[in-house]
Amino acid sequence: MRAAVIVFPGSNCDRDLAVAFEQAGFSVDMVWHKDASLPEGVDIVGVPGGFSYGDYLRCGAIAAQSPICKAVAQHTERGGYAVGICNGFQVLTETGILPGALLRNAGLKYICRTVGLKVETSDSAFTQGYNAGDVIGLPIAHHDGNYFADDETLAMLKAEDRIAFTYAENPNGSRDDIAGILSHNRRVLGMMPHPERAADSGHGGTDGTALFRALAGVLAPA
Amino acid sequence: MKARVHVMLKNGVLDPQGEAVRHALGAMGFDQVEGVRQGKVIDLELAEGATEADVTAMCEKLLANTVIERYEIELV
Repeated sequence: MRAAVIVFPGSNCDRDLAVAFEQAGFSVDMVWHKDASLPEGVDIVGVPGGFSYGDYLRCGAIAAQSPICKAVAQHTERGGYAVGICNGFQVLTETGILPGALLRNAGLKYICRTVGLKVETSDSAFTQGYNAGDVIGLPIAHHDGNYFADDETLAMLKAEDRIAFTYAENPNGSRDDIAGILSHNRRVLGMMPHPERAADSGHGGTDGTALFRALAGVLAPA
Repeated sequence: MKARVHVMLKNGVLDPQGEAVRHALGAMGFDQVEGVRQGKVIDLELAEGATEADVTAMCEKLLANTVIERYEIELV
């Protein structure tokens, strides 16, 4: 099982994400944003949190144009797995791999604290380690996590059961309390909260561990 | 040749920064202000031969996120 973690200038959760993958049994390649291709045999791509390119223009906008993002898009078009966390979620929406966009928090403040998250579906490689309806605690740390999509897109996400997580108490103005969504084939997850920051007892919480374990269960060689 | 691109959040997309500015203006006594929307102005210096279509492509691909933003191009 191989994971690739993309590193942009300004990424700051890349190593945390790599450790979370490793603890679940993945071997991890760190991949620089200027690389034009992913290593051979990568099962899942992780797009980490941070402040790629200093959030210039829009969060994730410049990163989305980097050479490696074209390779990530090709990987997902071929049915490959990917997870984008925080800034990684912003990058995945900017590339168009996931629908919608992340706006400035409605309260205008950067928010850094652990929040309650409701698991909306257990029907994905990422969320099958939880039960739908579970409320878990994961940290958020963002200034631009206010999920926006038009009415038509929201209706589609609901009809296709593609809302992975919602906030128990909406901290940032996200439409329909959305904290994380899945791609149409359920193999790409974008989420603002940080499961990789709740994946070790030293983190003060381990509710994120089940996400990485579930992925390992799906991607382990049969 | 120069182009000026105006990028604004679409109508219907909440603009919390604009709202904060509106509140501040109201608190200062400018009670004639009924709404504020804040956007970006991007000036481009272009080589000879560049066309408005080129700038449109730049807006669609990078300068604006058309999920949430609209843009206007002014050639100057």
